[in-house]
Amino acid sequence: MTDLHCAEFVEMVTAFLDGALDPAAERRFVDHLALCDGCDAYLHQIRATVQTLGDLPPGDLPPETRATLLEAFRKLG
Amino acid sequence: MVVPPDAELVARLRARDEATFALLLDEWSGGMTRLARTFVSTDASAAEVVQETWLAVIQGIDRFEQRSSVKTWVYRILTNIAKRRSVREHRITPMTSLTDAGPTVAPDRFQQQGEPYPGHWREFPEAWQPEKFAMAAEIHTELAAALAELPERQRAVITLRDVEGCTATEVCELLEISAANQRVLLHRARAFVRGKLEEYFRRAGS
Ligand SMILES: [Zn+2]
Repeated sequence: MTDLHCAEFVEMVTAFLDGALDPAAERRFVDHLALCDGCDAYLHQIRATVQTLGDLPPGDLPPETRATLLEAFRKLG
Repeated sequence: MVVPPDAELVARLRARDEATFALLLDEWSGGMTRLARTFVSTDASAAEVVQETWLAVIQGIDRFEQRSSVKTWVYRILTNIAKRRSVREHRITPMTSLTDAGPTVAPDRFQQQGEPYPGHWREFPEAWQPEKFAMAAEIHTELAAALAELPERQRAVITLRDVEGCTATEVCELLEISAANQRVLLHRARAFVRGKLEEYFRRAGS
């Protein structure tokens, strides 16, 4: 185990994914990741969460609203 | 059909190309509704915000100066309209909330002083295999419920970043928050949603 605790690692995940850790912190983070299966799984879970959020289907515009807006666009001239 | 690059998109809208406008309506309205819903208190109100935004876009497209991306411009109009309305609806947006501080993973998941490895996992998080995500519709319901439980500002940030795919810079501009604040809100929101997925997978008994 490195000097980074898992409890600290989990709080650095978002900064790591945004490339916002300073070089020293990033090294500690990556070193810990290489040695700790628990944190590796945690990081994967966060990535999977982000990806799944990105797959959320958007709601549809109600047809009447869509028709109203197309009409307004048409009238713009 | 996909949304064309910005320069072309603006040119087509200015040429009153209806198919392009219809495409934008279909591609962006869902995300806009979701974002609006993070500010106002009902679905009906969110739908009105989206309609009002599109009308403002129609009125403004000829004057749009392209200093930002079209999408950022549209989202900014939406955020302004939604915020005005949320003030009218007397929704308070607290600048800090209790859940903006403290650990994002339950402390009892980690070993305490006196155990062999204080600060390290007591039990490793489960490796989520792709097949876990096969029940997409159910997972989407779980995610939507988790997002709805988040404090407003966390919900706005995670919706923009992870659902809508905005960059950190765009989110800071749209919500008028600092980069550090943006990251804290996103971090807390992601950790919360991850926890909800973990609970769901446990319930689903894998
Ligand atoms: Zn660890």
